[in-house]
Amino acid sequence: MDRGLHLLLLTALAAVAWPGSAVAQARDEGAALPAQQPQVVEPAVKRRDVERAQIDTENFEAGVFVGTISIEDFGSSFVYGGRLAYHFTEDVFAEASIGTSEAGKTSYEDLSGAAELLTDSEREYTYYDLAIGWNALPGEVFFGGDRAMPSSVYFTLGAGSTRFAGDDHFTVALGAGLRLLVTDWVALHLDVRDHMFDSDLLGDKKLTQNLQVGLGVTAFF
Amino acid sequence: MLRPLVALCAALCSMAIAPPALAAREATAVVVQDAFVDLRTGPGRGFPVAYSVERAATIQLLRQRTDWIKVRTHEGREGWVHRSQLERTLTSDGAEVRVAGPSPAARAEHRWEAELATGDFGGANVVGVRGAYALTPSLLVRADASHLLGDYSNGWLGAVGIAHVFVPEWRVSPFVGLGGGMLSISPKATLVQAEDRTDSIAYAGLGLRGFLTNRFLLQAEYRSYVVFTSRDENEEIDEWTVGFTYFF
Repeated sequence: MDRGLHLLLLTALAAVAWPGSAVAQARDEGAALPAQQPQVVEPAVKRRDVERAQIDTENFEAGVFVGTISIEDFGSSFVYGGRLAYHFTEDVFAEASIGTSEAGKTSYEDLSGAAELLTDSEREYTYYDLAIGWNALPGEVFFGGDRAMPSSVYFTLGAGSTRFAGDDHFTVALGAGLRLLVTDWVALHLDVRDHMFDSDLLGDKKLTQNLQVGLGVTAFF
Repeated sequence: MLRPLVALCAALCSMAIAPPALAAREATAVVVQDAFVDLRTGPGRGFPVAYSVERAATIQLLRQRTDWIKVRTHEGREGWVHRSQLERTLTSDGAEVRVAGPSPAARAEHRWEAELATGDFGGANVVGVRGAYALTPSLLVRADASHLLGDYSNGWLGAVGIAHVFVPEWRVSPFVGLGGGMLSISPKATLVQAEDRTDSIAYAGLGLRGFLTNRFLLQAEYRSYVVFTSRDENEEIDEWTVGFTYFF
């Protein structure tokens, strides 16, 4: 019984020791290898450093505008507002704009002299517009002999809402404008917008065209 | 009363002073590796090349607008260089330079989306702004705000939800969405016995999204809304929208 146990232990010990010695041998061989066979190609792998450039990105453009708006049937009035744009690429931008004006009187109100169609608060005309713009005709404008300013003729297509005569109207706005970069970060805008919405204020429902011409100044940041 | 006004003025003045302070900050300098780099007169591909700098010249990066970077040479000449040319430059330490901007990989890897959408909500017009955050390329968390403009009533709709994009790497991929939020409706003043109401809503949606370029998506979506009204029956409303999406 005892001898059997010893035999088993010795066998187990031999089994453990033998592969160990084989590993040790293999390791010795590996160490000896470079001396006998020098490596032909030495891998020259170097870690690549990549640095994100710290540049001031200026894709936002914000500013104000003043102008005149012709509110259909209600004459032309002074309009002012603000705009915020984000330039996605050199061609495409998104623009949110708001504006406010006060409608005048219809010819009927002027001639009749008495009947007022709208109260003062109802004459307030405010709108917002979310648009996609396309810089269709980029170029340069020359001012004098030695000054060139980058410019762009752009078109916008937008949707929004107009509050007029105490009611909100879904409005589609088409626009075209000229942007002139006076310095790297200040731009002048001259633009025309047509705000179109359905109105049933004077009886039948009809599509009204409300043309706006504006002059604005914006800053890129 | 005066104190907030003074604080505001001070804030405005400090903002006005800020740009020169920014400009004074040390601009990143890079070493040109291409045979030459073109400096254009404006930030666009159509502007004429006014000047070129040779390999090994050092240029300073001043400002970036979309894909164009304004640079200054050591002689003081300034011009706009495209992002792709700057990606083949090295810093003075020999590190590669990365300039912010989308790459073709952004289609599947982007995190944020912003969308302008318009369409029809149960007969009313919709103007909406939507945002999404991609947890994975195929799972989006979405939030949207819509202005509803109808013939008889106007309203606002706000919702949050999730969407699953089936094959985000395809050029055109279908998606499904689920979400919930609030709907506030105010009937027009001309209607009698009308009152404003605000109800919670839930929606299930189905849509298609297609990449226009490496930066833009066009999305069309149908949503079926259930409005949990305080009346006996819930209301069901269909919404169809198309949207223009930019991803960051």
